[in-house]
Amino acid sequence: MRVVVQEAPFGAGEEAERLAAGRADMGAVVTFCGLVRDTPDADLRYMEIEHYPGMTARAIEAIAAEAAARWSLGDVLVIHRHGRLAPGEAIMMVGTVAPHRADAFAAAEFLMDYLKSRAPFWKKEVTARGAAWVEAAEADEDALTRW
Amino acid sequence: MTLDVLYFAWLRERIGLPRETVETGAATVAELVEELRAREDRYDMAFRDLSAIRVAVDQQLTEFDTSLSDAREVAFFPPMTGG
Repeated sequence: MRVVVQEAPFGAGEEAERLAAGRADMGAVVTFCGLVRDTPDADLRYMEIEHYPGMTARAIEAIAAEAAARWSLGDVLVIHRHGRLAPGEAIMMVGTVAPHRADAFAAAEFLMDYLKSRAPFWKKEVTARGAAWVEAAEADEDALTRW
Repeated sequence: MTLDVLYFAWLRERIGLPRETVETGAATVAELVEELRAREDRYDMAFRDLSAIRVAVDQQLTEFDTSLSDAREVAFFPPMTGG
């Protein structure tokens, strides 16, 4: 398991390759990248992501450990950035490696659902009109009930 | 008891500081919130709607009725928006 919380960009392609390298016992790699999306009604200048330094890595590790306990996985990767990010930049990535694809897909979705509302990050969108904190969506909280 | 109290996102902005050391006799998170609200308007305003606030004690997500015995750090923040 690898959990990385950093300000710097990361290379999603290299990370995906590294996940599966030398794992002839694994049949599936699933990766997901979350990007900074432009705001619909005002041009997004940048997104500012705040986090809780003491708690962030620990909270993500607990989520990743839960995924590893629920599905048959060879490895789990979570990278999450903080600080100022421009539209189109990658915010985060999850990667799962498993003998079979069903486990890799399910674990990746589980990781995403929990990272959304249980990892201590807060997003602020800064547009030409001003700055606003992104509100948590009720659907994100509801998504946890399916697990 | 001395506690480190941390604020994130709009709570940090409304209260006007990221963290502070608080001397308190509060037995639970809810009691600590009441003490903070009694201090000044900016605290009172920030904590007005507790349904919009989450709390972590010693970096573990928890509830407002949680005991503060042996606690060292309490963090208040809005619902998280990771991913």
